[in-house]
Amino acid sequence: MEIDPFIFRLSIFILSIFIGYYVVWSVTPSLHTPLMSVTNAISSVIIVGAIIAGLAGNSDNDFTISNILGFLAISLAAVNIFGGFLVTQRMLQMYKKKKKDK
Amino acid sequence: MSANLSAIFYLISGVLFILALRGLSSPETSRQGNFFGILGMTIAITVTFLSIGSFSSGLIYVLIFLLIGGLIGAFIAYKIPMTAMPELVAGFHSLVGLSAVLVAVSAFLNPEAFNLGSSGSIKLASLIEMSIGAAVGAITFSGSIIAFLKLQGIMSGSPITFRGQHLFNALLLISIVALTYLLCSTQSSNFFWMLLVVSFVIGFLLIIPIGGADMPVVISMLNSYSGWAAAGIGFTLENSALIITGALVGSSGAILSYIMCKGMNRSFFNVILGGFGVTEQSSTSQNKEQKPVKNGNAEDAAFLMKNASSVIIVPGYGMAVAQAQHALREMVDTLKKNDIKVSYAIHPVAGRMPGHMNVLLAEANVPYDEVFELEEINNDFANADVAFVIGANDVTNPAAKNDPQSPIYGMPVLDVEKCKSVLFVKRSLSPGYAGIDNELFYKENTLMLFADAKKMTEDITKNLD
Repeated sequence: MEIDPFIFRLSIFILSIFIGYYVVWSVTPSLHTPLMSVTNAISSVIIVGAIIAGLAGNSDNDFTISNILGFLAISLAAVNIFGGFLVTQRMLQMYKKKKKDK
Repeated sequence: MSANLSAIFYLISGVLFILALRGLSSPETSRQGNFFGILGMTIAITVTFLSIGSFSSGLIYVLIFLLIGGLIGAFIAYKIPMTAMPELVAGFHSLVGLSAVLVAVSAFLNPEAFNLGSSGSIKLASLIEMSIGAAVGAITFSGSIIAFLKLQGIMSGSPITFRGQHLFNALLLISIVALTYLLCSTQSSNFFWMLLVVSFVIGFLLIIPIGGADMPVVISMLNSYSGWAAAGIGFTLENSALIITGALVGSSGAILSYIMCKGMNRSFFNVILGGFGVTEQSSTSQNKEQKPVKNGNAEDAAFLMKNASSVIIVPGYGMAVAQAQHALREMVDTLKKNDIKVSYAIHPVAGRMPGHMNVLLAEANVPYDEVFELEEINNDFANADVAFVIGANDVTNPAAKNDPQSPIYGMPVLDVEKCKSVLFVKRSLSPGYAGIDNELFYKENTLMLFADAKKMTEDITKNLD
């Protein structure tokens, strides 16, 4: 009997939860705030769905509600992607080690 | 681009996201990790464009909206003060939630574009996945909005409760399951809209009873939800990048919530059901006799610290409110010039989000190897001369160790009372969020410094010279 592709996706999902579990436990507590902002940024990969929604239909200049919702979702996700990665970058730049001469 | 090829690229970006989180295991590797994250996102977006192939005039709009969002995001990222990080993260969560809802609605209205069947006869599995994604997304959205308003101070941070709240919430949750079932059996869009409305209401009701100091748990929980919403949409779109990311973010948020709950010695459900401190307040107000405290000024504090050989600093939310981190670092610099050993002790739930204090200290150029977690430093208090508690209270309360009646009994606390002397910078004698008195205030070796945290540290620095 053939296996439903859903089962494969479910396998990816379950295994990723375990990867997430072990990876996140190894994150140092002092970086928990950057962890939140970066997870925020990467969860906006939902923009993939938003782009498909925005471009669906292909009928020129005749946008459906579905397209417009896609456009809005693109903007929201883009705020998150750029904002999330940049603010994480900004925070991580601040973490410095003690200077040797002190 | 063939579907198989793009699937492989999505897998690659999923792996890059894993590496992004992995990089955060130490500050040295973290910047590289963030780069992996950006790379993964770039790949995912590029592949999506390439896999659509034939472009309509919609493309230009997609790019415009992408640009608008990107500019707003970049602007916020550069402007936001580090003390406002909890609000920012809550705000960003709401955006993830809302975009999940929008994508789900779009897929529901135009299932052909997503290969989900046709309107009115959407595949059953897709419909369930879509409902989960939309419902969790909506809960994330409205919950994060409330968290944001509470953190911003626009909405009162105190818990808002009403009679029958838990029963009402439980009924709403059950109705979500019922609506999903009805939606699947009838394919009627009305049930889909009702599902969305109920989910928005749940998110709202779930967060209003939770008090300000429990925000670290709430933010972590919403972080987790935003991940599960993304995963739900990932199943709908059959996209492995989204599924992997959703699972990563979901478990990340869940672990953070667990760590935060542990830091308060409370179960997750205890926090979520909310209303902490409301019942306790009445009992503590009865035995509130006026006990004498030793009131000091900046000069006394400077004198004490000057004669110390080691000082441990315990920052709390009050430091963030007063924006005192830079003044604090200047004070520490002066202490170090006098050959006094200084370290920082961070309680897991200090501040309004996980790692909040660490970011503020990093912003003030405090080297991260001088900053220690509770377990690392707790034994050092016995050997230190001065504990300088700035804007923290409950996390130092010895009642958590020796008073089984106390609502915070069992919570891990910093053993500041073991220091030779304790300095408390506080605006007033008011108890912390839990409404519990701190016996440390009345101890022989405690000196209370009633002032704004920033002003007091500046004054101490002046007196140290």
